[in-house]
Amino acid sequence: MAFVLYAVLGQNRTKDNTQPLTQTTTSKTVSDYTHLSAGQYRDGNYTGSIADAYYGNIQVKALIKNGKLIDIQFLQYPNDRPSSTEISNQSLPQLKKEAIQSQNAQVDIVSGATQTSQAFQESLQNALQQART
Amino acid sequence: MGMPITIDVVDNTAQPDDLEQIFRYFNYVDEKFSPYKASSELSFFNQGRIKPRDFSPDMAEIWRLSEITKKDTNGYFDIQRPDGSYNPSGLVKGWAIYQAAELLRHQGFKNYYVAAGGDIQVSGSNYQAKPWTVGIRNPFKPQEIIKILTLNNQGIATSGTYERGQHIYNPKLNGQPITDIISLTVVGPNVFEADRFATAAFAMGKAGINFIEQQFGLEGYLIDKQGLATLTSGLSKYFN
Repeated sequence: MAFVLYAVLGQNRTKDNTQPLTQTTTSKTVSDYTHLSAGQYRDGNYTGSIADAYYGNIQVKALIKNGKLIDIQFLQYPNDRPSSTEISNQSLPQLKKEAIQSQNAQVDIVSGATQTSQAFQESLQNALQQART
Repeated sequence: MGMPITIDVVDNTAQPDDLEQIFRYFNYVDEKFSPYKASSELSFFNQGRIKPRDFSPDMAEIWRLSEITKKDTNGYFDIQRPDGSYNPSGLVKGWAIYQAAELLRHQGFKNYYVAAGGDIQVSGSNYQAKPWTVGIRNPFKPQEIIKILTLNNQGIATSGTYERGQHIYNPKLNGQPITDIISLTVVGPNVFEADRFATAAFAMGKAGINFIEQQFGLEGYLIDKQGLATLTSGLSKYFN
């Protein structure tokens, strides 16, 4: 028998011995928040905390109308750092390029980025807390 | 912080406690290094309540590895933020996954993977006794896979500004362009190497894939905002 533990730090965890989950990240869209927030908030604009997304900071402003979250504005978002001439000026072989294409096959695990979404949720949650109190 | 963690041990000797132990280890790392927890050792340092001479062995190790990585990446990896505080998250995650995988290996397991927040260490084979298949997520459509790699004993990590393809995240940053690249996946001998180099190379923009090309033992897959991918020359060895 094999075991899979799927858990989210700081939240409830579940354990089972079924097949592995292939989706390992959670993502929220604005509609999720709109759904959750219907009628719960006081109208106004609320500026969230600044959250570190590693490449820079994220800070959002939540706009509440009729008790609903209607828009999220970005006040801060990570910027490009200047490109290093040291790196880009070195002569290298031309690397292969391809247009990304959806793959149908099943996979065991998925790799993807999460830094920005964590910082986004952090800042938005802070803004919505202010709208609640 | 809400980082999803998956631990999957194929070996039939695995017991629930073996996995619980790994989860406890991740909790420990989070308690120590979370920039979001005021009680973490990292926060204590950022608050000026402790000095480097007070560091626990793990904290000192992360500082040492951060210094090495800063040198290895021409300064592109830097845990000091513009406001003067320190955030080693770009390296801690890969380090913790690698340590967790090592714990499993020392317990005698051979076939498993440990995944946290999209970064993965694989070992051995999957349930079909074949190499693990790892999909690279489409940064424009998170439910979609756009590349499949087969791995036996490697680490893989992806850095990126993920949500840019979704209109609600459309950032309004004083009209400035944000970045010309969306996602950079790095495969390496282990997830620690993959994670720290993915973090640094992403910060280099388009030149990041050339930097990965130059690193021995690392391969990369970069996706730009037009949905065009650039592959390092050795990545194809991981194709099926």
